[in-house]
Amino acid sequence: MIRVVIPHHLRNLAGTGAEINLEVPPPVTLQAVLDALEARYPVVKGTIRDHATQKRRPFLRFFACQEDWSHEALDVPLPDPVAEGLEPLYIIGAIAGG
Amino acid sequence: MSSVRVLVGTAKGGFILTADGKRENWQVEGPFFGGWEIYHMKGSPVDPNRIYASQASAWFGQVIHRSDDGGQNWETMNNEFLYEGEAGTHQWYDGTPHPWEFNRVWHLEPSLTEVDTLFAGVEDAALFRSTDGGGSWQELPGLRGHGTGPNWQPGAGGLCLHTILLDPSNPQRMFIAISAAGAFRTDDGGKSWQPINRGLQSNYIPDPEAEVGHCVHRIAMHPSRPDVLYMQKHWDVLRTDDAGDNWYEISGNLPSDFGFVVDVHAHEPETVYVLPIKSDSEHYPPEGKLRVYRSRSGGNEWEALTHGLPQKDCYVNVLRDAMAVDQLDSCGIYFGTTGGQVYASADAGDHWTPIVRDLPRVLSVEVQTLP
Repeated sequence: MIRVVIPHHLRNLAGTGAEINLEVPPPVTLQAVLDALEARYPVVKGTIRDHATQKRRPFLRFFACQEDWSHEALDVPLPDPVAEGLEPLYIIGAIAGG
Repeated sequence: MSSVRVLVGTAKGGFILTADGKRENWQVEGPFFGGWEIYHMKGSPVDPNRIYASQASAWFGQVIHRSDDGGQNWETMNNEFLYEGEAGTHQWYDGTPHPWEFNRVWHLEPSLTEVDTLFAGVEDAALFRSTDGGGSWQELPGLRGHGTGPNWQPGAGGLCLHTILLDPSNPQRMFIAISAAGAFRTDDGGKSWQPINRGLQSNYIPDPEAEVGHCVHRIAMHPSRPDVLYMQKHWDVLRTDDAGDNWYEISGNLPSDFGFVVDVHAHEPETVYVLPIKSDSEHYPPEGKLRVYRSRSGGNEWEALTHGLPQKDCYVNVLRDAMAVDQLDSCGIYFGTTGGQVYASADAGDHWTPIVRDLPRVLSVEVQTLP
């Protein structure tokens, strides 16, 4: 099981808790995790990646194992602890706004 | 006894305000979708319990919700707004070409006759239609593609399609307005469009009488006379009597003809409301006095409506989608401010009271009159 932590507003939208467990077949990449997340919770489609460009929204970042994965290619395998379910992938909203 | 339901979109969530026909005692529900910018909420004229809401977020983009029980429960709907074909470019603020990019839904307009049909006006400016209650969206590409699209330029709030008026006497006719392109009309159900800006004068563009480029803030119609439209432009209040073919100014004795909202009395098609704002540089009421102005003659002669509104030290704004009227015998007028107040008048503007005073910045106000 892959563990994914999503931000407050997406938890409300999807009706979940902070952490979601997903079945993701190897190789466990950002693309595979996001695809699995959107397949299980279609209401979050377009909220993490833009519908038209499929690019990460600029106010969101991906963190894993204390590293910023936001600018990594989507098809690069995530760290082993994430793939093994020991560490979560964090989808973090920027601290900004009024 | 009839009742009213006021749908308020704010910068931090949606609110529903309800009262009976006296409009004296109000219940406030919300926030719905707390933390999201609610650009617009609007109910279906066919089924008032069908309400649509547009949420936008700098973090998470666009979300659409629908309620089928008057706002008690909400279902997340499709948020995929894809431009038809090659998106192309419009002009950027500096006049350079800029690719069309979807940002948000400014306005949702449910059909007058089909419960599952609604229109969405979006930024960057385009018109979308859903015929399955928000389950999917298709652009009406004839608007962006009619020829002037590459010359459209954003206003300060973005290149937004903010007004959609449906002609109740002719389902093929529709009016829309875009900041800062102007007003447009279709006579074939949205397939083809033409600019309808003759008579507009905008001194902030190179050709003040250009076919497009005008920053139209809002247009309004009385359903009994769909060829008569009223417009609040960036500067100037205008009117057309021929469905937009020709416009003429009706600013008359207003203290400022800058503003955002314009609306029409539910039962008096010549009674019009605006809320003057000092200038394009100072978005607050002249002299710090919050005054609605009413004309009972279709424009030019305006009277200030002040009873119950702050007449000193008031520096709020009233945004373009933040005024609405109800359909009760004594027509109710409502508007919301950037200071979070929602004011109501149950006597066509003669007296005002705040329904709520401390909401987040109000982005939109709509009213449903319920049996």
